[in-house]
Amino acid sequence: MASLKDATAIVGIGQTPFAKQLPESEKALACRAILSALDDAGIAPAEVDAFASYTMEETDEVEVAKAVGAGDVTFFSKVGYGGGGSCATVGHLAAAVATGQASVGVAWRSRKRGSGPRPWRNTAVQLPTPAQWTRPFGLLRPADEIAMLTRRYLHEYGATRDHLFNVALACRNRANQNPAAIMYERPLTRDMYMTSRWISEPLCLFDNCLETDGALACVVVSAERARDCRRVPVYVHSVAQGLPAQHHGMVNYWNDDPLSGPAWTAARQLWKQSDVAPEDVDVAQIYDAFTALIPLSLEGYGFCARGEGGAFTEGGALEIGGRLPLNTAGGGLSEAYVHGFNLITEGVKQLRGTSTAQVPDAATCLVTAGEGVPTSALLLRTT
Amino acid sequence: MADAPAKQEPLLTPVVDDDATPYWEYAAQGELRVQECATCGEPRFPPRPCCPHCASFTTTWRRTSGRGRVWSYVVPHPPLLPAYAARAPYPVVLVELTDAPRVRLVGNLVARAGAALDSVPLERVRIGARVQAVFADQGGVVVPQWILERP
Repeated sequence: MASLKDATAIVGIGQTPFAKQLPESEKALACRAILSALDDAGIAPAEVDAFASYTMEETDEVEVAKAVGAGDVTFFSKVGYGGGGSCATVGHLAAAVATGQASVGVAWRSRKRGSGPRPWRNTAVQLPTPAQWTRPFGLLRPADEIAMLTRRYLHEYGATRDHLFNVALACRNRANQNPAAIMYERPLTRDMYMTSRWISEPLCLFDNCLETDGALACVVVSAERARDCRRVPVYVHSVAQGLPAQHHGMVNYWNDDPLSGPAWTAARQLWKQSDVAPEDVDVAQIYDAFTALIPLSLEGYGFCARGEGGAFTEGGALEIGGRLPLNTAGGGLSEAYVHGFNLITEGVKQLRGTSTAQVPDAATCLVTAGEGVPTSALLLRTT
Repeated sequence: MADAPAKQEPLLTPVVDDDATPYWEYAAQGELRVQECATCGEPRFPPRPCCPHCASFTTTWRRTSGRGRVWSYVVPHPPLLPAYAARAPYPVVLVELTDAPRVRLVGNLVARAGAALDSVPLERVRIGARVQAVFADQGGVVVPQWILERP
């Protein structure tokens, strides 16, 4: 059977500034990020023949393709479930390029979540399932839904708020090294964390991601083409999507083990197709809409056993020089929250050796999409 | 959309889908029932057209005792929708039904049927607490609420 293993590579990345409020439209921001990624790759816009993004993306292929001057497009795809789709956009392009459906693919995400509305405030559009079972009772926001699983996780496995703080701190420390990060000049202390206001107990302000305006993009081509590009190729070594049996999205309350989410499913597929194992990962970019997703994902992707995700964060394990340096540009918690696309571009920077918090000789990077929703993951390598 | 911000907005009411209609009709009669496969007897939640175990489309609605235990809970703080912000912080519990352990219902722990979201002191809420379903009207739809067995 044909394999995607190292068949394609990310050869260009681009991004706009990140801010609470940017003046330009989402469409303009998308075009800037895409053109910047193509310039980084040294590939002309007219060569682009594939696009992939999220179903929540408001700029569509028609608008983006004609604005940036793409050629005839022969593959386009959008992936659902919010931040769960981030890595899958690259995965879909990799599959298209590897099977000859297209030759130059662009994935992108542009979002004005910083200055735009909070989706949970919309009461006019309520999905009947599962909203009828949750929202009337005041479980209104993603933070509330994940807090429910977090409370149970802390109760069942003895993890603590200090473990969640370790996650918030690692991300903030990396953001403090990254001039592009929203929290570049804003250090975090344990005292600030422990005394901050609640959002949904047991999650406090610093357990929640930022609200950001910004856009990012990347360019995917075949491994053969990648060798002729301007940058060091970052190979798509393995890619997986995950929708577990009897999964219910962010309100995964109605099965045998609500605490085993899509990460476990994506991980099994990801490692099965890979030449490497969790202990070979030099640096990880793990989706962090909420701090609690990190211990869950550490378990799901096999860095530790069930229930050990909290303890894993101890002793600076997530810091540079630690066991698994995490979210080295600051992540969604402290760089920017753009549905995880900045985790993909940071993974590429690490393997190029150009991160602002570079892990020495990083050659293998795990990137994950949103845990708690149907998800996806990428294993990036320099070969 | 551009309505005058006149009166306090009400709490949200359930937007009922086809599969769940019987659940809410039984709730209106003061009964907590869960969907069950009429062929293999497996309960399932949320309701859906067919059984994930045996693919049967024939269902029944089994009456439960309405007893359960708190599996987890959260305490939301603002920013929230106005009607909820007015009562925050309030507990939202996830109740595991004694009669169907994989059915866990999100709901409000209240001092008595129809009492406000914040009617139970937060220090009374804990994982494992035994609770009992009661029923109250919420904007024209009867919803289950939960009271502590030992208040």
